[in-house]
Amino acid sequence: MNVNQQTPMASPYGQPQPGYGQPGYGAGYPAPYAPYNNPASVYQPGAPPQGCSPYASFPSKAVAANPVSDLSSPLDLGPLRGPPTSVPAPVSAAPQAYSHYGQGEMQNGPPPGSQAPPRPAVSQPYNQGAVNLSGPPQPYPQQYGAPPPMQQVTNQMTGMQISTGPPTAAGPGYAPPHSSQPPTSAAYSIAPHPAYTQGPPPASMAPSQPPPPRDPAPPQPYYGGPPPPQHPASSASAAPLPPPPSSHQSFPPTSYPGPQAPLPAGPQAPLPPGPQAQPPYAQGPPPPGSQPHYAPAPPHAHGSYPAARGPPPPSQPGPYPPAGPPPTSAPPGHYQGTMPPQPPAGQPATYHSGPPPPRAQMPPSSMAQTNHLPPGPQGPPGPLGPPGPLQQPPPQPGMQGGYPPQQNGAFGQVRGPQPGYPGPYPGQQNYGPQAPAPAAQAQKRLDPDAIPSPIQVIEDDRVKTTEPFTTGVRGQAPPLVTSNFHVKDQGNASPRFVRCTAYNMPCTADMAKQSQVPLAAVIKPLATLPPDETPPYLVDHGEAGPIRCNRCKAYMCPYMQFIEGGRRFQCGFCSCVSDVPPHYFQHLDHTGKRVDCYDRPELSLGSYEFLATVDYCKNNKLPQPPAFIFLIDVSYNAVKSGMVNIVCQELKTLLDHLPRENPEMDSVVRVGFVTYNKVLHFYNVKASLAQPQMLVVSDVADMFVPLLDGFLVNVKESRMVIDSLLDQIPEMFADTRETETVFGPVIQAGLEALKAADCAGKLFVFHTSLPIAEAPGKLKNREDKKLIGTDKEKSLFQPQVGFYSTLAKDCVAQGCCVDLFLFPNQYVDVATLGVVPVSTGGSVYKYTYFQAQSDRERFLNDLRRNVEKPMGFDAVLRVRTSTGIRATDFFGSFFMSNTTDVELAGLDCDKTVTVEFRHDDKLSEETGALMQCAVLYTSCSGQRRLRVHNMAVNCCSQLADLYRNCETDTIINFFSKYAFRSVLTSPTKTVREGLVNQCAAILACYRKNCASPSSAGQLILPECMKLLPVYLNCVLKSDVLLPAADVSLDDRAYLRQLLSGMDVSESHVFFYPRLLPLMKLEGDSLPLAVRDSEERLSKGGAYLLETGLHLFLWVGANAQQELLLNIFGTPSFGQIDPNLTSLPVLDNPFSKRLREIVDAFRAQRSRYMKLIVVKQEDKAELIFRHFLVEDKNASGGASYVDFLCHMHKEIRQLLS
Amino acid sequence: MATFPEFISQNEERDGVRFSWNVWPSSRLEATRMVVPLAALLTPLRERPDLPPIQYEPVLCSRATCRAVLNPLCQVDYRAKLWACNFCYQRNQFPPTYTGISEVNQPAELLPQFSTIEYVVQRGPQMPLIFLYVVDTCMEDEDLQALKESLQMSLSLLPPTALVGLITFGRMVQVHELGCEGISKSYVFRGTKDLSAKQLQEMLGLTKPSAAQGARGQQAPQPPLSNRFLQPVQKIDMNLTDLLGELQRDPWPVTQGKRPLRSLGVAMSIAVGLLECTFPNTGARIMTFIGGPATQGPGMVVGDELKTPIRSWHDIEKDNAKYMKKSTKHYEALASRASANGHIMDIYACALDQTGLLEMKCCPNHTGGYMVMADSFNTSLFKQTFQRVFAKDEQGTFKMAFAATLEIKEIGTGGTCQWKMCGLDPSTTLALYLEVVNQHNAPIPQGGRGALQFVTQYQHSSGQRRIRVTTTARNWADAQTQIQSIAASFDQEAAAILMARLAVQRAESEEGPDVLRWLDRQLIRLCQKFGDYHKDDPNSFRFSETFSLYPQFMFHLRRSPFLQVFNNSPDESSYYRHQFVRHDLTQALIMVQPVLYAYSFNGPPEPVLLDSSSILPDRILLMDTFFQILIYHGEMVAQWRKAGYQEMTEYENFRHLLQAPVDDAQELLHTRFPMPRYIDTEHGGSQARFLLSKVNPSQTHNNMYNWGQESGAPILTDDVSLQVFMDHLKKLAVSSAA
Repeated sequence: MNVNQQTPMASPYGQPQPGYGQPGYGAGYPAPYAPYNNPASVYQPGAPPQGCSPYASFPSKAVAANPVSDLSSPLDLGPLRGPPTSVPAPVSAAPQAYSHYGQGEMQNGPPPGSQAPPRPAVSQPYNQGAVNLSGPPQPYPQQYGAPPPMQQVTNQMTGMQISTGPPTAAGPGYAPPHSSQPPTSAAYSIAPHPAYTQGPPPASMAPSQPPPPRDPAPPQPYYGGPPPPQHPASSASAAPLPPPPSSHQSFPPTSYPGPQAPLPAGPQAPLPPGPQAQPPYAQGPPPPGSQPHYAPAPPHAHGSYPAARGPPPPSQPGPYPPAGPPPTSAPPGHYQGTMPPQPPAGQPATYHSGPPPPRAQMPPSSMAQTNHLPPGPQGPPGPLGPPGPLQQPPPQPGMQGGYPPQQNGAFGQVRGPQPGYPGPYPGQQNYGPQAPAPAAQAQKRLDPDAIPSPIQVIEDDRVKTTEPFTTGVRGQAPPLVTSNFHVKDQGNASPRFVRCTAYNMPCTADMAKQSQVPLAAVIKPLATLPPDETPPYLVDHGEAGPIRCNRCKAYMCPYMQFIEGGRRFQCGFCSCVSDVPPHYFQHLDHTGKRVDCYDRPELSLGSYEFLATVDYCKNNKLPQPPAFIFLIDVSYNAVKSGMVNIVCQELKTLLDHLPRENPEMDSVVRVGFVTYNKVLHFYNVKASLAQPQMLVVSDVADMFVPLLDGFLVNVKESRMVIDSLLDQIPEMFADTRETETVFGPVIQAGLEALKAADCAGKLFVFHTSLPIAEAPGKLKNREDKKLIGTDKEKSLFQPQVGFYSTLAKDCVAQGCCVDLFLFPNQYVDVATLGVVPVSTGGSVYKYTYFQAQSDRERFLNDLRRNVEKPMGFDAVLRVRTSTGIRATDFFGSFFMSNTTDVELAGLDCDKTVTVEFRHDDKLSEETGALMQCAVLYTSCSGQRRLRVHNMAVNCCSQLADLYRNCETDTIINFFSKYAFRSVLTSPTKTVREGLVNQCAAILACYRKNCASPSSAGQLILPECMKLLPVYLNCVLKSDVLLPAADVSLDDRAYLRQLLSGMDVSESHVFFYPRLLPLMKLEGDSLPLAVRDSEERLSKGGAYLLETGLHLFLWVGANAQQELLLNIFGTPSFGQIDPNLTSLPVLDNPFSKRLREIVDAFRAQRSRYMKLIVVKQEDKAELIFRHFLVEDKNASGGASYVDFLCHMHKEIRQLLS
Repeated sequence: MATFPEFISQNEERDGVRFSWNVWPSSRLEATRMVVPLAALLTPLRERPDLPPIQYEPVLCSRATCRAVLNPLCQVDYRAKLWACNFCYQRNQFPPTYTGISEVNQPAELLPQFSTIEYVVQRGPQMPLIFLYVVDTCMEDEDLQALKESLQMSLSLLPPTALVGLITFGRMVQVHELGCEGISKSYVFRGTKDLSAKQLQEMLGLTKPSAAQGARGQQAPQPPLSNRFLQPVQKIDMNLTDLLGELQRDPWPVTQGKRPLRSLGVAMSIAVGLLECTFPNTGARIMTFIGGPATQGPGMVVGDELKTPIRSWHDIEKDNAKYMKKSTKHYEALASRASANGHIMDIYACALDQTGLLEMKCCPNHTGGYMVMADSFNTSLFKQTFQRVFAKDEQGTFKMAFAATLEIKEIGTGGTCQWKMCGLDPSTTLALYLEVVNQHNAPIPQGGRGALQFVTQYQHSSGQRRIRVTTTARNWADAQTQIQSIAASFDQEAAAILMARLAVQRAESEEGPDVLRWLDRQLIRLCQKFGDYHKDDPNSFRFSETFSLYPQFMFHLRRSPFLQVFNNSPDESSYYRHQFVRHDLTQALIMVQPVLYAYSFNGPPEPVLLDSSSILPDRILLMDTFFQILIYHGEMVAQWRKAGYQEMTEYENFRHLLQAPVDDAQELLHTRFPMPRYIDTEHGGSQARFLLSKVNPSQTHNNMYNWGQESGAPILTDDVSLQVFMDHLKKLAVSSAA
């Protein structure tokens, strides 16, 4: 297969390339760019839906590019070393960078025309290839023998990365390709390094080539798991192939030469070029595929970078596009000449088809094309596609015109992303320098710029979001969480309150099952709204309480239909008809609406509140105002770390900021204080006392509250006594020698206090160590790294004793929310300690190795925010849905005693509940699906209220509609919560596989049912979900699912629990951190973020990385003096203090702006992010790198590129 | 030899000992035939201002099983410097310090007048006195306030070096840490859970000294941790005064129809435990102040539902007192723990209703503690009594002793016995029932003397350890041949009290009627044995003088609250019995047979018969029942008083008449401990019932017309009068059927 493919590909490439190169180059950089741009642009816009057809091309391109490059480099290197060097460099570097650029530029659009032409050419070749493949699977085998190396690689690449049309056709063949691909990917990863080193000199390239061969080998391990087997399998399928596969694998290096030879002869000509890179480049035509990419890149680079290139060139030479620049001039020329044509053609097509991937792939595509082509799929698609509906679209998409339609409006906008590209470019330049080494390696890599870029998508959405988002239209997906927008409530809840994974729900369970798209809503019931949006109105329906449906008890809402002149209303959820109470009667107008419709929030808005009556209160008694109890660990560690002192000092001021509804009034929240180590100390701070009284309870086995009167007090009245107490606590325990602590009794104490006071409330527990003192809830140290990765690993996430679950239940019953602040110096068993907070709607904060000096700020900000933030107590949340669907599963920090009521002892403005829905009947497209989330809670002033959020979504009978209106961020939020919960019951490996499988199923379903019938080898992603793979990869690599060696069990448990309450915006940045280049800070707008990859970092710059939990300031080793002066006030890199926790306040605009940005970031997040300065090549960089989620990580997490390949392979498997 | 009464009183004066028989029957069989057992009433710490303590230690018999103290009854060989123990006949060498001994140079302990002698032990550290206040906070603010004031006042009465501690309780039990700067600290315990001393020790953090100090190495040695809870008065006087001042009524809400939850049982347990683990075998006093019954936890005597009243005698008889047994067991366990460590437990119960003294009685009973019962802390009864607890002698030391143990050496009755009283005061009197072990066929030779040595070790309130040794001897006599001399040596007062104590002890465990029957039988047997009569002729019955008053004592004893529970709550009975068994003979006799004085214009005040016939209209009566001091104005006197004659100068004598009994009553009130209830009533007054219930009902509604006299006041009762009682007694005594 490979062989076949390759051959075809080669030919196509060759053809296209020339075209590309010529046009692009000919035109000069602009020209190439233009073409690329077009494709790119096209992709972006049209990509998703139509993508399919394009995919063929895309995959081919992208895959080809990468694979080709990789494969070629390694393989070729061996034989063709001479050329390889040149090739590799161009390929890898150029392709990526360029391709991106190219795309970006392509957006510019000028060259579309040029692209168009190439494509056909490409497609044709593909077709040929395809034909070969499809028709003669046999040939593959045969070919394999010879071509394996290149082809396989390419195939693999193609298969993996993008949907290579061929693969599908190849079916069996694919497998092998996959296998090969894996290697490729591996090769990629590996390649880079060697490549870099070698990179610089083309000559080296030659040497580097040898490495390439290695790559193949490594690749295998890489893909290792999957690929290898696949190879055989695939080969098996191919029947003849089997032998070849193995041979292929091994062959690659050696065989390549041989095979290549043949290949070149055939259509594969391109391949040889790949390997021969250099030659090809020179030639233009053959290498074009790969080179073209590069070429384009260079162009871009040229365009934007020219200046920068100075440096890059050197680096570039070796590896990537950079090579383009310097060599570019020469090779570029070639490449461009050659590449542009082909890539454009191919890429555009592919990209378009697979909107998301397209871009990135574009460049690769050219390369890939060769690959793809060989697979056959491409081939067929190419020919077929273009002609056929699907493919045609692609081409058209490529044309932009076509795509946009397919992609829905979004696509067009999506293209916006390209602007983002510029960002990447700079990065690339950096790359150049850094990765200069082996062009070969570069070649191996799939061009990261060619695959869907989160930055681009985010930026596009941001740019397009200019109008306020009105919620009146059913089924309309809101802007991304990363965009700033204004919401107008017109009948559905604001996305700030409710976000759905799909705004077009499938009508039937079958559809839902088929698509595998999770149907879920992420609800943040008490979300804080921006100041310019009105908080929910409070509606009082009088003594009878809120008006509700008689049957399903849904609350009055805009979905209630008034009939019989307004005397009765029909429930939108269950269709039951209820009488309108006389006091609520109102006449209807001619449209059947109540005349007072717009005067009443509950009839016109999506979110509002009802004043609850006594019927809605516990024991039919109006609630007491809530209470806050502060429980402070005063054991040796707590005192020594300074925590006790800090807490006590801070509380003195903090008590003035207890939550209140009316800022004019004093808070009615009462407070109480407890300190503890092995025993508990309660404090009587009654206003009438001259001095506080300490009551020691040492009978921790049987906890009780020793006092009633004077424990919970009004702050204002007892101010003197409280201040005195807070002054004395640190003194009293200054000399403590007690190191043992209890924990269970501490919570019991708080709970008992609330019980005694008959009120709801919140406990603030400041705790330091594993509770080993003899008491209920005593824990053992069970941290056992040996269990990680085994089936028993899950037990580490489970509480080690059942005590806390029972306790949590009691807490919930009383409305006792527990917030836990941990200051551990060693293992504290967060998994167990966190049970109560997590079950009571509380939060866990963890300050490992707390040092008063450096962590004070973070802790205090967290504490302040936590104390001050608006919250509800003793809450019950219930989600009602219209007939046909049902809320079946809930994720978050809460407790459920039955299947429907979500009980939250506390619910603050940051807490989120994710609800999964399942069909239990058919839905109708006319009525859509309705959901109503009602939260009954006690406000901080002690008022019992009901907050209601209504949400209506469309229902669809076409899968395409479903895929058109999804929210990837929300899906990821759901997936991650689901997965993080699953680790409690399944081994992490199973969980990871499950995620990959579901994701593959989603994409495969799309591919199968919604995308144009392009070759199966193409990776076609729905526009809405084109970031699904990258984000999913981030989830898979998260510390919870795939821990690095240095990640403690506590950290994992902590993150696991933390995530359960995250909203979409938090989970988004948590999984895909925001990385801002700080080279230039101008105006009010933020610099455009760059992708989370080391390759995007410039040694000469500084970057700010935000994860929602951490804030890193990365400083390149070569950062410019001016930059350092501006930020740190020191001109020398060496003088930067890596222990800085806050930025020095310098009187320059840059510093000012930077601090503003940091502050703004912090303000956005519910937790204060400590600033960590990371100097390049410092030890701390390891931690920082962990957050560069597009890269491979140390714990074995795949790079984005590799994962995409893997995903593609999975999809193809599903499709076959 | 003087008469027996003189001998008795002299002995009592010198040694604080009274025997039921002052000549002892020489065999076991004969002893048992005496009906009234051979027994002694011992007041170990009888005040002897004339007895200076000796500043050296006693010389002990060297035989390990004897260890008797050298005494005047020992034979001494001055030349050989040897002495023979009069108990075991062991010959002992005098210690080196006695080398100068000779007939003319005898140490004090050999002088006959020092049959009772007190040694001061110089060894060992001076122990501080320890007072641990255990205070109930479940009471009305008024009561609590009064109690707080009393407690604060008491601090000033304590020697500055005494250690004090404070435990308060209500629903919870709080052990207060004293001497804290700024914040006052206390350890709180749940009132429903009993703790062992070990648990308590851990929970109070009293286990750490060794570990913590070890860790600290060179640092200045910390004062013992127990100091956190028990501190010298001088140091924390102010602190504790403030602490007491801030004591609040138990804040836990008491809902309608409920009793406050009072964790008395646990509070006392913690107090015992605290001392147990900090100052074992050191004199300490746990003073518990309670305002109501324990309603939860171990030791609870009643539930918190007001609708179920606290157990009555009726409930107890019907076995309906569901908490009683468990509760009693709890307190008994506490009492034995406390006494094992030499700690005294006092109970000051002030409430209108019962507080569970019945269950708790063992605490003071077994530890020599005080039991005080009053209606409220805001009464002078409590206040004065409490103040009197801290009464001092001329040397300014408390009239109380701690951690006392009593040892008896006796010849012929079986060696050594030991008791632990813990708390003793000068009037504490013990009844010791002795047994003659000699068999009938091997009687002790005639003319021998039986010797008894009482050795009382105690911690003087000055902190000194002291040993008081009383050695006494009586003649043996053969009951067969010398029955007359034995009978003549009968001490009927002592015997009455000794029998009464036996009866009271029986009453604790047996049904009332059974005890009375036993008492009657004993009386009848005594009459039969020592009476002079013809069979079946009641009129011939005569009793010798030494026995003449005995039946009368028995008559009043039968009617006394110690044996009669009618009209008394179980708590009251326990209280009365407690007082009865600890006071000396004189006081006890008053309790059995109250004294009645009459004041009239007819002459000086005179004691009159405790008889209804003594109640006359023109008399003022003063009755002292020990528990009550009652002034009763006769009908006419009452009318005069009402008319205000005492205000008129011409009737000044009437004013004096009115004042006389009041003055006398005050005198009694001031010396009596616990302070009696003072009652001022008159003819027809509701409180006159106290008088009417005590006097012999010689005139009742049944027989008043038979008597047909104007004098006296008829009593509305069916109780038999002394006359009827005596008639029956005689009849039964002479009956040959008996």
